[in-house]
Amino acid sequence: MAETETTTVPTPVPPVPRPADTVEPAEQHSPKMCARDISVFYGDKQALKDVSIDIHDDRVTAFIGPSGCGKSTFLRCLNRMNDTIPSARVTGHIELDGEDINSAAMDVVQLRARVGMVFQKPNPFPKSIYENVAYGPRIHGLAAGKSEMDAIVEKSLKRAGLWEEVKDRLQESGTALSGGQQQRLCIARAIAVDPEVILMDEPCSALDPIATAKIEELIHELRGRYAIAIVTHNMQQAARVSQRTAFFHLGELIEYGKTSTIFTNPVERRTQDYITGRYG
Amino acid sequence: MNRPDQSARLKRRYASERRFRAAGFFAVSLSALFLGLLLGNMAWKGLGGFTRTEAEVTIDFARSDLMIDPAALTGGQAQEVIGSADLDGALSKAATAEYGPEAEEMFGAGGSRALGRGLINDSSLLQRSATLWLPAGSKLDGAYKSEGDALNERLIAKLDAQDKVRLRFNSDFLTASDATDSSAVGVWGALKGTFLTIVVTMLLAFPVGVLSALYLEEFASRNRWTDLIEVSINNLAAVPSIIFGLLGLAVFLNFMHLPRSAPLVGGLTLALMTMPVIVIAGRNAIKSVPPSIRDAALGVGASKMQVVFHHVLPLALPGILTGTIIGMARALGETAPLLMIGMRAFIAAPPSGITEPATVLPVQIFLWSDEVDRGFVEKTSAAIIVLLIFMLLMNGLAIYLRNRFEQRW
Repeated sequence: MAETETTTVPTPVPPVPRPADTVEPAEQHSPKMCARDISVFYGDKQALKDVSIDIHDDRVTAFIGPSGCGKSTFLRCLNRMNDTIPSARVTGHIELDGEDINSAAMDVVQLRARVGMVFQKPNPFPKSIYENVAYGPRIHGLAAGKSEMDAIVEKSLKRAGLWEEVKDRLQESGTALSGGQQQRLCIARAIAVDPEVILMDEPCSALDPIATAKIEELIHELRGRYAIAIVTHNMQQAARVSQRTAFFHLGELIEYGKTSTIFTNPVERRTQDYITGRYG
Repeated sequence: MNRPDQSARLKRRYASERRFRAAGFFAVSLSALFLGLLLGNMAWKGLGGFTRTEAEVTIDFARSDLMIDPAALTGGQAQEVIGSADLDGALSKAATAEYGPEAEEMFGAGGSRALGRGLINDSSLLQRSATLWLPAGSKLDGAYKSEGDALNERLIAKLDAQDKVRLRFNSDFLTASDATDSSAVGVWGALKGTFLTIVVTMLLAFPVGVLSALYLEEFASRNRWTDLIEVSINNLAAVPSIIFGLLGLAVFLNFMHLPRSAPLVGGLTLALMTMPVIVIAGRNAIKSVPPSIRDAALGVGASKMQVVFHHVLPLALPGILTGTIIGMARALGETAPLLMIGMRAFIAAPPSGITEPATVLPVQIFLWSDEVDRGFVEKTSAAIIVLLIFMLLMNGLAIYLRNRFEQRW
């Protein structure tokens, strides 16, 4: 195997971002979320080292990097999902609209309603499609009465692009849907509570290319409404859906900038090597 | 492809598969055989307990020594009046007059009870002579069903010749309670005591067990104390049941001074015994709920308690119920701890509440199996059949509930 490492790998052509995505909205307002010097420890092991990233409204931020580089760990800091892991310890400062999310004044339940999450494996509740979407609004008291709830469910499913496929079988189990439909159901569930930020942890890694294309299309449509952060293994996907890209390696943030810059003209050697497929 | 060494390997593989299947089939057949033997034996011996021998006798009430005022039998004190009258004596006299001196003990307590009921139903009998079918005493019953002593065999032969003896369904066995005369005993008192005890056990052990399991699994932090509690609970599940009886005796009777022999104390003691089983099964069921469901609920902003009660508990419930069934079935068949807290007393009346003296079916079976009177042999087996049916009904209900709560994904 040592022989193959020394042979020169023909440099693959880096995926070229679509022209529309390269046009950035003007930097007229402050970032939605602001992370400064975030370090995460699992026991004695440091998984993330002093990462600072801003996440903006109306923009998709992609986190890329090889497995175990800390990108999912960082994502889970943004809505404090790491609190559920007993051995995890987070240091640093994260602000949502200028509020410290780790402060005593910030209620973690409210935070997670404002910063929603979509997971790697589709994980609908083993309940009906309707109940899956209605659960969040119900526990937060967002709907007064059945008709308002119906409206929220319909709106959320429409935004997630699932309404046409499931409108006649809302009482069927959410787990009976196909993988791609389940993931869109999870997105509908996340947007039903009207979050400001949506975090997506490799949302397409368990899906086939057609379902993946649908989710990517959906991310494009949702971009105008929510700040979106997405973790992905797939560099083409990062190039297609995001405006900003952060490259992580071994727990460190190597490079963060416009997606077009990262993919065509990265500053760091390691970024260049990764996106051209030399490792990862 | 068909190399010789490969075909030999294949042959060996199929042979070992066949051997394994044969061994498994043998094991299952063996257990089925023993189960069949047990049930068959019970049914064979016990079915006799559900029938009774009845004999015909003519009593001339007008000329008997019964000093009963017919008017008193219509009031509320009818039971007392009947209870104080010498029905045994009247029966004995009538039988001797009809069938000779051998028939002196022909009717037992069951016969007198039936006669008393007949008089309350129709007080006009007291003015005339009547011919009645009454349950025979245990010795005559035994002689008619199988074999008895010489005296009763002669009596049976005489009755049979005149067509004055018959076999009927023994409804008293299901409605009466314990008695000293085997012809008059029934399981109703023990059945009711069992039911009350199990209800107390269920009401205590299920919520406490499930809440403990939830707390330990979902809320408690992992440290030396929770480890200690976990080890203790696992050990508690393996403690011999008689130890729980001693604990119940020391704590509930000697320290808290709760009533002796009561379903309340029995239920408390059995709850102590059942709870660890429910906790262990509950923790395993909760552990097996996929973490992705917890993440999903947390991700939409559910609080810890909402996650647990809206998602984890409903998904874990079938598993918890399975553990509960096992624990309750064990409690239902338990004898030893109940002996320690005095539920082995002779109780002739069914309990009317959880603080009344009572006994339970397994203890009743234990007591009857110890009796000298041969009539108790078939009653013991019949009581075992009742206990098995009660257990089957309870488990059936639990399985029905479990299937209803089962959610598939």
